[in-house]
Amino acid sequence: MKLDSMYQEVILDHYKNPHGKGLREGDAEVHHVNPTCGDEITLRVRYDGETISDVSYEGQGCSISQASASVLNELLVGKELGQARTIQETFLELMQSRGQLEPDEAMEDVLEDAVAFAGVSKYPARVKCALLSWMAWKDATAQALGEDSVKERTA
Amino acid sequence: MSDVTLPGLLDTEAIRKDFPILDRTVHDGHKLVYLDNAATSQKPRQVLDAMSDYNERHNANVHRGVHVLAEEATALYEGARDKVAGFINAPSRDEVVFTKNASESLNLVANMLGWADEPYKVEHDTEIVITEMEHHSNIVPWQLLSQRTGAKLKWFGLTDDGRLDLSAVDEVITEKTKVVSFTLVSNIMGTINPVDAIVRRAQEVGALVVVDASQAAPHMVLDVQAIQADFVAFTGHKMCGPTGIGVLWGRQELLDDLPPFLGGGEMIETVTMHASTYAPAPHKFEAGTPPIAQAVGLGAAVDYLSAIGMDRIQEHEHALTAYAVSKLSQIPDLRFIGPTTAEDRGAAISFTLGDIHPHDVGQVLDEQGIAVRVGHHCARPVCLRYGIPATTRASFYLYSTPAEVDALAEGVEHVRNFFA
Ligand SMILES: Cc1ncc(COP(=O)(O)O)c(C=O)c1O
Repeated sequence: MKLDSMYQEVILDHYKNPHGKGLREGDAEVHHVNPTCGDEITLRVRYDGETISDVSYEGQGCSISQASASVLNELLVGKELGQARTIQETFLELMQSRGQLEPDEAMEDVLEDAVAFAGVSKYPARVKCALLSWMAWKDATAQALGEDSVKERTA
Repeated sequence: MSDVTLPGLLDTEAIRKDFPILDRTVHDGHKLVYLDNAATSQKPRQVLDAMSDYNERHNANVHRGVHVLAEEATALYEGARDKVAGFINAPSRDEVVFTKNASESLNLVANMLGWADEPYKVEHDTEIVITEMEHHSNIVPWQLLSQRTGAKLKWFGLTDDGRLDLSAVDEVITEKTKVVSFTLVSNIMGTINPVDAIVRRAQEVGALVVVDASQAAPHMVLDVQAIQADFVAFTGHKMCGPTGIGVLWGRQELLDDLPPFLGGGEMIETVTMHASTYAPAPHKFEAGTPPIAQAVGLGAAVDYLSAIGMDRIQEHEHALTAYAVSKLSQIPDLRFIGPTTAEDRGAAISFTLGDIHPHDVGQVLDEQGIAVRVGHHCARPVCLRYGIPATTRASFYLYSTPAEVDALAEGVEHVRNFFA
């Protein structure tokens, strides 16, 4: 069934057992909403120099947005900002692919569990759910470290 | 599929033949179960034909030109006005203003009142009253008016079972109230509101009454004289008509007295470089080339609904709603947002399902071909009131069947298992 491509086991696992949920101390806090469906997230980032020491969050939303925040926490905590940006941009690329992009090995290496969201990109109404926490992270990081820290790298 | 029969049902087998889209399949062969009628209804062939006939044979601009097509187009456009006037029992066809949708109709009233002279003028030290169950289209125009004039915006709250709390009606509607605007039927909860109690109090204090009938006009007999409102707004696309056409009915003397909002062609009598005089209502409120084909489509929709009979449609939907309420209430974890019985309620049913987010409910239902709406349904204050982020809403219409209610109930069970 096509639906299973969206609701991958990995996604349902993260939804039922979210990583790092709850608000802890941070350097910056943002609140993002998805006005079309009412998904909401409050997210805090904590940096140790350029290293992400914590991403904590509290939110309300569908399985896709909740699982995505959990995956974000799992992937980004402990990473250097540069690496984290690469992951965020790769995830964005995947989510904007409208199901046209078949993740290759290089992409899987970067995205790990987040590759499971490939199927979600086929559902335009749900892409925003998947991106909610990632946009919040980007925004919070800009607030914590300055705008330049998360500028899109244009080739 | 079920062969449940309920007293009061229409001959849906015959009716469904008029709606080609209902034969569609989705997601690899699932039969479409369209339960998103509160968002927009499907259009029967009669409406589609009337619009293409207009475009293929009669298209011209209206109220100008002396050629055959211009006359035919004008007759069709004005004929649609006659049909709508009859449909809502308006005392005069000149009280029917065509707009592009209900939102525009409500904004139009708010702006008429903002620019009006005494005694209608909404200004500092006056009050506007709405309710907590309004569609955003009947909240935001009044917030804008309130912010721009300094008038105070007040509202009726809700009871736990999805009804208006009118216990303090005399304190909410006061001598300072200039206008009371409320929905006849809630788009999110299905609640049918007690018009009389509100109108009586509004009349006592001399406030104007605006009724948002967007969810009423498609589903029940709407008699603007019987409800004693001053303005009634509704939208074509929810009542078998096309998008792009709405209606504002207003009492003649008000339309005569109140100022226009949009200026332009069609709405004038004479124009000089210094000043203009205006055409009489309804044209005073219809600046520019109107949505002609859409009005013709709405006229055909009104004919279609009237031929079946609004009382019969209401009876059909009531029977289905009662059936749906009883089936859905057997599902564990399902909580209705709104009345839990079919009494005084229309055919929109909102619910939550345990911790499962409505987005996920809607997605899994969609995969089975069942189209419902999820989210806050442009009535976010209702979600806030009941402490939920969103609901899943199923809404029925004249072509909906008990088998579709069964499909919904089975679909919801499937959703529970999927996320268990
Ligand atoms: C009660 C109610 N009022 C107003 C509207 C606005 O209708 P429209 O979007 O056609 O302007 C709707 C429908 O969305 C509605 O359900």
